[in-house]
Amino acid sequence: MKRNGPILSLTSILLYCFMYTPIVVVAIFSFNASKYGVAWKGFTTKWYGVLFNNEQALRAAENTLILASASAAIATLLGTLLGYGLSRYWFPRKKFVATLMYVPVVIPDILMAVALLMFYGLMRDALGIFELGLSTMIFAHITFQIAFVAVVVKARMVGMDPALEEAARDLGANRWNVFWRITFPLMFPGIMSGALLAFTLSLDDFVVSFFTSGPGSTTLPILIYSSVKRGITPDINALSTLMVCASVLLVAGVTALQPRKNYHEK
Amino acid sequence: MEWRKERECIFGEQLSPLDQTLRSLRTSGPAIVWTTLFLFVPLLGIVFISFMSRGSYGELQLPLTFDNYSRFFGFGSFGFDPLYPYILLRSVLLAVGSTLLCMICALPLAFFIAGLSPRYKNLALTLVMIPFWTNLLIRTYAWQMLLSAEGLVSKIAQFVGLVGEGMPLYPSLGAVYLGTLCDYLPYLVLPLYASVEKIDWTIVEAAMDLGAGRIQSFRHAVLPQIIPGLAAGIVLVFVPATGQFIVPDLLGGAKTSMLGNSIAQQFGPSRDWPFGSAIAMSGILALMFALIIYNRILAKRGGEGLL
Repeated sequence: MKRNGPILSLTSILLYCFMYTPIVVVAIFSFNASKYGVAWKGFTTKWYGVLFNNEQALRAAENTLILASASAAIATLLGTLLGYGLSRYWFPRKKFVATLMYVPVVIPDILMAVALLMFYGLMRDALGIFELGLSTMIFAHITFQIAFVAVVVKARMVGMDPALEEAARDLGANRWNVFWRITFPLMFPGIMSGALLAFTLSLDDFVVSFFTSGPGSTTLPILIYSSVKRGITPDINALSTLMVCASVLLVAGVTALQPRKNYHEK
Repeated sequence: MEWRKERECIFGEQLSPLDQTLRSLRTSGPAIVWTTLFLFVPLLGIVFISFMSRGSYGELQLPLTFDNYSRFFGFGSFGFDPLYPYILLRSVLLAVGSTLLCMICALPLAFFIAGLSPRYKNLALTLVMIPFWTNLLIRTYAWQMLLSAEGLVSKIAQFVGLVGEGMPLYPSLGAVYLGTLCDYLPYLVLPLYASVEKIDWTIVEAAMDLGAGRIQSFRHAVLPQIIPGLAAGIVLVFVPATGQFIVPDLLGGAKTSMLGNSIAQQFGPSRDWPFGSAIAMSGILALMFALIIYNRILAKRGGEGLL
């Protein structure tokens, strides 16, 4: 193993500073007493109070949580089944279909957003379904979450020791019992980190939400975007700081669930 | 077919291809149906609508024409206008340029993390993961504050004399590059680190013993070993950077409009879905073309190819 030289260390520390500059700046300004502009006028926590009395922000937070929980729940179910099926069973044209299933991971989000906007619009005109709102956003989020959940679950399945299931079968367990007593508990950490990943993706999504939302289904990222367009207010900095904290907690959750060897051996 | 045999042995279940297909339908089926309905059908819709035209109230009209595409390539109703070809070129250049920038910055970071002791390694990795999972919108608008005329970075630039007194650094193309680099850097660091971590340093030592200089041994002993991570990371940055919408929207102006902004414009305020679809289709085609070339280059370099 090579040791890090001073130039490499210094460069890397500067790059870390660069990556964290925006996050730290938002956090600092959420405590800035100045209402306008970016000049520092002293420390205050009043913007957090303003935020918690901001009717619009509270409703957006509620929408965001409903959207993230509902979409993550359905996507976890569908994605887990997909990951399980793809890692277990063969079917004709499997390789091709499996590749297609990962398109949502790589497709630029603007493309998915406008395709869905158009699809919902045409469906509404033709059949009277898919009125833009929270439900259309949930469907949209599920669509990109499924693939991510499946990737995580499949990675977990690949690392599983098949001897455990074989042993259970040899000892007389039927298929149902093997699944619920052996396979599912082994898959569970993968399912949980897939669910957390899906939840975080939904919390962070702006582009897809922006195009598939209707009146009254504003989420926090959409609220932040419209405030940025109108001129940022300090309570939005407070909101962003809280969202960053939520992301940090979720990352910590996902990291804690990941088996160590994923980083070091594989 | 080899795969099928292997599975039969492993799980001790004798499943015929038909049984396996039926079970696939019960497990993978719902997700496949969902993704088809909510992704592939709408995408095919985009393909179809890109050949239609816009009515006076923004409604879709037949007959099918190539008008949207010829308008995109500059041959509109008012003679030749290279606006959209420029946007396409600018987007591709931004994607290539920011991918290169990310690569230059990700390399030292990945080697630095891999060279840390296990105690600090996890911390350093988590520190890369956090911006990765932090809302891109928040990270981008923070740069607005830093690059505005009163912002810290602008003040420093004014002090050093890079820009005139009281001049902001945004909106500008430089700000778009800076924002893109900051937003997508973690996408490249993570897969690159996974490769750097696995480098067999004895090969590098052997190269050094045989008289290779630092650059030569990097080129012949290190680079081939980190190609897989680098290749995956480049795609992870390049694809979203081509279609990005938030960064040019917030840090750029009309002069730095990219494909993503044009698509959003047509599907939003302009309500010209057919033309928006044509822009999106041209973007996808350009992206696919770039990925095919990229795959060729990788394959030539002796790598396996990604796609």
